Amino acid sequence: MEVSALLFYAFASLALISAVAMVAFVRHAVAGVLSLTVTMVSLAGIFVLLEAHLVAAIQIMVYAGAILVLILFVIMLLNLREDDFGRVRPGRATLKLAGSVLAVCAFALLVQQLRDVMPAQGPAAEALPAGFGGYRAMGIALYTDYVVPVETVGLLLLAAIVGAVILAKRRID
Amino acid sequence: MIPIEHVIGLSLALFTVGLVGALVRRNLIVIMMSIELMLNAVNLALVGFNRVWAVGAMGQGRLDGQIFVLMIIAVAAAEVAVGLGIVVSLVRNRDSVNIEEANLLRW
Amino acid sequence: MLFFLVVLAKALFILAVGVAALAPIITWIERKQSAVMQDRIGANRADIGGVTVIGLFHPIADVLKLLTKEDVVPRGANRALHMMAPVISAVPAIAAFAVIPFGGVYELAGGDLTLVASDADWGLLYILAIGSLATYGGVIAGWSSNSNWALLGGMRCTAQMISYEVTMGLSLVGVFMVFGTLKLTDMGVAQDSILWIFGVPLPNWGIFLQPLGFLLFLTCVMAENKRPPFDLPEAESELVAGYFTEYSGMRFGLFYMSEFIEVIVISALVTAIFLGGWSIPYLPTEVIIGTVGGWFGEGAGTIICMLLHVATFFLKVLFMIWVQMLIRWSFPRFRYDQVMSLCWKGILPLSIANIFATALVMLLRGSV
Repeated sequence: MEVSALLFYAFASLALISAVAMVAFVRHAVAGVLSLTVTMVSLAGIFVLLEAHLVAAIQIMVYAGAILVLILFVIMLLNLREDDFGRVRPGRATLKLAGSVLAVCAFALLVQQLRDVMPAQGPAAEALPAGFGGYRAMGIALYTDYVVPVETVGLLLLAAIVGAVILAKRRID
Repeated sequence: MIPIEHVIGLSLALFTVGLVGALVRRNLIVIMMSIELMLNAVNLALVGFNRVWAVGAMGQGRLDGQIFVLMIIAVAAAEVAVGLGIVVSLVRNRDSVNIEEANLLRW
Repeated sequence: MLFFLVVLAKALFILAVGVAALAPIITWIERKQSAVMQDRIGANRADIGGVTVIGLFHPIADVLKLLTKEDVVPRGANRALHMMAPVISAVPAIAAFAVIPFGGVYELAGGDLTLVASDADWGLLYILAIGSLATYGGVIAGWSSNSNWALLGGMRCTAQMISYEVTMGLSLVGVFMVFGTLKLTDMGVAQDSILWIFGVPLPNWGIFLQPLGFLLFLTCVMAENKRPPFDLPEAESELVAGYFTEYSGMRFGLFYMSEFIEVIVISALVTAIFLGGWSIPYLPTEVIIGTVGGWFGEGAGTIICMLLHVATFFLKVLFMIWVQMLIRWSFPRFRYDQVMSLCWKGILPLSIANIFATALVMLLRGSV
C-alpha cells in the first residue's frame, strides 16, 4: 500500500475516533473541544493528501487555531465546569434514541446509494497542473473569477463582528 | 491514489456523528461543536470531489470546490462568533447552558 | 532512502544546535545581559570544582534543580489536561524550526543540498498555522489549574495571542508581495543581491524593502510569544505567575524552555525574512564560491561557503536575540487594554496601510 493511502487511513480513523469522543464526553466540555481539535487537524492532513494545500493551512489557522480557541475561551469565561444536568426525562430519552437510530439508518442509506453512483477516480497526481491547490493558483482564482463572493464574505464577517459585540455587551443602564 | 469512495464515506460518517451529537446532547456549546463537525464533513466531501474533477475541459485546473470550502470556513467563523454571543447572553439570563432550560416559548 | 537520511540529519542538527544548545545559553544571556544593563554582576556562583566561568554553569544548575523538584498537581485540577499543557506549549515552538533555512542551496556531489529541513512551497503559511496552534498551551494551562490566578492569566493569554496572530499575518503580506514567494529559501536567495536606492547600494534585505513591516512583525511576534513588555499573562507583580502558577519542577521547566525556544524561532524568522538570512552582505554566493574555489578547488569552495553562510545565520540570530533581550529589559509592562487597543487600533490599520503603500510603490516601479 502506498504511503499516501496509509496516511489517509491513519488520519481518517483518528478523525472518526475523536469525533465520536467529542460527542461521547458527556461530563467534560473542554475534553470535547480538544477532541474536536484533533479531528480538525486530521482533516487538514487529509486535505493535504487531496492536493488542497491552502485549504489545509487555512483549516488549521482558522478552525483549529481560532474558532475552537474561541469556544474554549467562552467555556473558561462562563466557568462551565463538568455539566450535571440531571437524568434525562423519560419521554426525551426515547426521542433521542429514535433520532439517533434514524440518523444511522440515513447514513446506511446514503452509503448504499453512494456505491451505485460514484464517479471514476480522477486524474493521477502527475496529471494535475503544477501548483494545483497552492496559494498562487488559489489567489489568482479568488481575486479574478470569485472576487464578488470574497467581498460579500467580507461584508458578512463585518456584520458578524458587529452582531457579536452587541450581543455580548453588558446592558448599560 | 486514495479511493474516492472512502473519502466520501468518511465525510458521511463524520456528518452522521455530528448529527447524532446535535440531536442527543443537551449542552448548548456541544451542539454548536456538532454543527461545526457537520460543516467540516461537508468541506471534506467538497475537497474530495474537487480532486476527482480537478482538470477542466481545456486541461486547466479547476479549483471551484476548494474556493467553496474557503467560503464555508469563513461563514462558519462568522456563525460561531454570533452563536457564542448568543450563548453568553443566554447564560447571563438563565445561568445555565442546558437547552432544556431555554423553554419560555414552548407551548 | 538517502532523502530521508538527509532530512533526519538536518532535523537532528536543528534540534541539537537550536534547541539543546541555544536555549540554555539564552537563560544565561538573559541573566548576564540584564545584569550588565542594570549595572550589577548577575548570577555567577554556580561552580564545578570551584571553577566559576562567569556564570555559564547556571543553566546546568537550573536544569538539575528543575528535574529534581517535586511535581505538584493541585487538588481539584484536571490531571490529564494539567500534564498535557506544557507539551502542547512546547511542540509548536520546536516544530516551527522545520521550515527555517540556515543555509542556501549548494551543488554538492551531483545533487543539490538545501540547508532546510522541509523545503515546502508554503513555508511561512506553515509557521502561521503552527503559531495558531501554540495558543492551546496557555489556554489549557490556565483552565486546568483550578486557580484564580491561572484562570485570569489563561484568559488574557488567549485573547492576546489570537489578536496578534491576525496582525502577524497581515504585516507579512507586504513581504510576500515584494518577494513574490512564501518559501523562506527563495527569500534568502532573493536577499543575496544588491538594492540601489537613490544611487546608494544596500543589501537587498527585507528590512530595507519593508521597514514598517519589520517593526510591525517584530511587535506582533513578541506579543505572540508573551515576552515582556507583553507579558501580562504571566505578570509577576500582578498574577503571581499567571498561567504558570500551579506548575513546578520539569513541567514549569518545559514552559520556560518553550518560551526561550520561541525566542530563538522569532530571531531565526526575523533573520530569514528581514535581515538577509544566511547571506553575507555585499558578498553574493557566486563571488565567494568563485574566489575560494580559485584557491582550494570547487568542492572545497562550496563547503567553505556553506560553513560561512551557516555561521552568518547564527550570528544574525544571536544579534536578534540580543535585541529582544534589550527590549525585554527596557520597557515597562503594557496594561491589558493598552495591549488590545495597540493591536486592533494601531497595528491593524498600519499593516493594511503598509500593504497599500507596498502595492503603490511596486506599481510605480513597474515591477508587479
